[in-house]
Amino acid sequence: MLADYGYIGLLLIVAIFFAVTTLLLPFSLSLPARLALYFRRFTRYLENHYPFLVRFIPPLPKFPKFMQVVSYNPTPVKSSTFECGMETIGTAWVRFNFRYYFYALVFIALDILVVFLYPWAVHLRELGFFGLFAVLVFIGIVIIGYIYAWKKKVLEWK
Amino acid sequence: MEVGEVYSSRQLDKDEGKQINELIARSQKPIPDPDEWLDEEIKRNILLTTVDAILDWGRRASLWPAVAFPACCAFEFIATEASRFDLSRFGMEFIRASPRQADLMITAGTLTWKMAPQIKRIYDQMAEPKWVIAMGACAISGGIFRSSYSVVPGYNRIIPVDVYVPGCPPRPEALIYGIRMLYQKIDKTSLFGEDK
Repeated sequence: MLADYGYIGLLLIVAIFFAVTTLLLPFSLSLPARLALYFRRFTRYLENHYPFLVRFIPPLPKFPKFMQVVSYNPTPVKSSTFECGMETIGTAWVRFNFRYYFYALVFIALDILVVFLYPWAVHLRELGFFGLFAVLVFIGIVIIGYIYAWKKKVLEWK
Repeated sequence: MEVGEVYSSRQLDKDEGKQINELIARSQKPIPDPDEWLDEEIKRNILLTTVDAILDWGRRASLWPAVAFPACCAFEFIATEASRFDLSRFGMEFIRASPRQADLMITAGTLTWKMAPQIKRIYDQMAEPKWVIAMGACAISGGIFRSSYSVVPGYNRIIPVDVYVPGCPPRPEALIYGIRMLYQKIDKTSLFGEDK
């Protein structure tokens, strides 16, 4: 029955199985630990803000250890950003210089140029002089844009 | 440390020295590593033992070490990791750059008190379950630098150590033997016993 789907179908099935096992299984196995943690946090919140309510909450039964196949034990240190063991200072949401954007644009133009050169290079002999002239026109268009960017002082870092 | 606060280097030194002195005062005694439970036989049930066996097999067959190599034992570790001794045979494919993906810390080298908070932070950021192998004389007891004021006399002052591999530095065979010993320890852990 599986063979009806062909290799692509089998690949899809394997891919879905892999994703489910690697993503969902650790999550579901750590659910008891997660729920216990959330319950503890909730109780602590109630203790701090509504102490009179705590007596109505039944104590959480102690989860057997085998329900915590995947442990879930976040601490402030563990949840913080990893920076080679150093304490991180400031935020990662900083502004980058806008000139990087121009560099990226010029790079993308030249990058795509190279991508279009590849098929021409593979069929160099068959395409002959017509292909050469077509590529030259294409390069010329990109070069004009490049010279325009140069004239506009995009490449200067000031 | 407050964000945006401008420090003079003098003030920075003072604060860091204060933190490190507090750390030294806190960690005067080695963290105990009880090993009696390794000898005792747990009452075992066929189903539970099978689950334990599969889980422990999975855990020990994919130990990924975190990067914590402050000094010269690191070269022996690199030799162990490289093609001749080939740690990949044991499923230890990569030395993970992030402690989030690592569950084994092989502490190769002398540790100074100034470096100690970083090592402790990396250990704290590793995902559980996690193990530590103290590699070399310096990692076990401070080695020849033990009497120095700035050297931590053994990693077990700041993090719990599971296996000690002696040597200065230990040869790759010795490290692999230590890893095999850690396998035995992992194999003994049970989901259904007490917290270790």
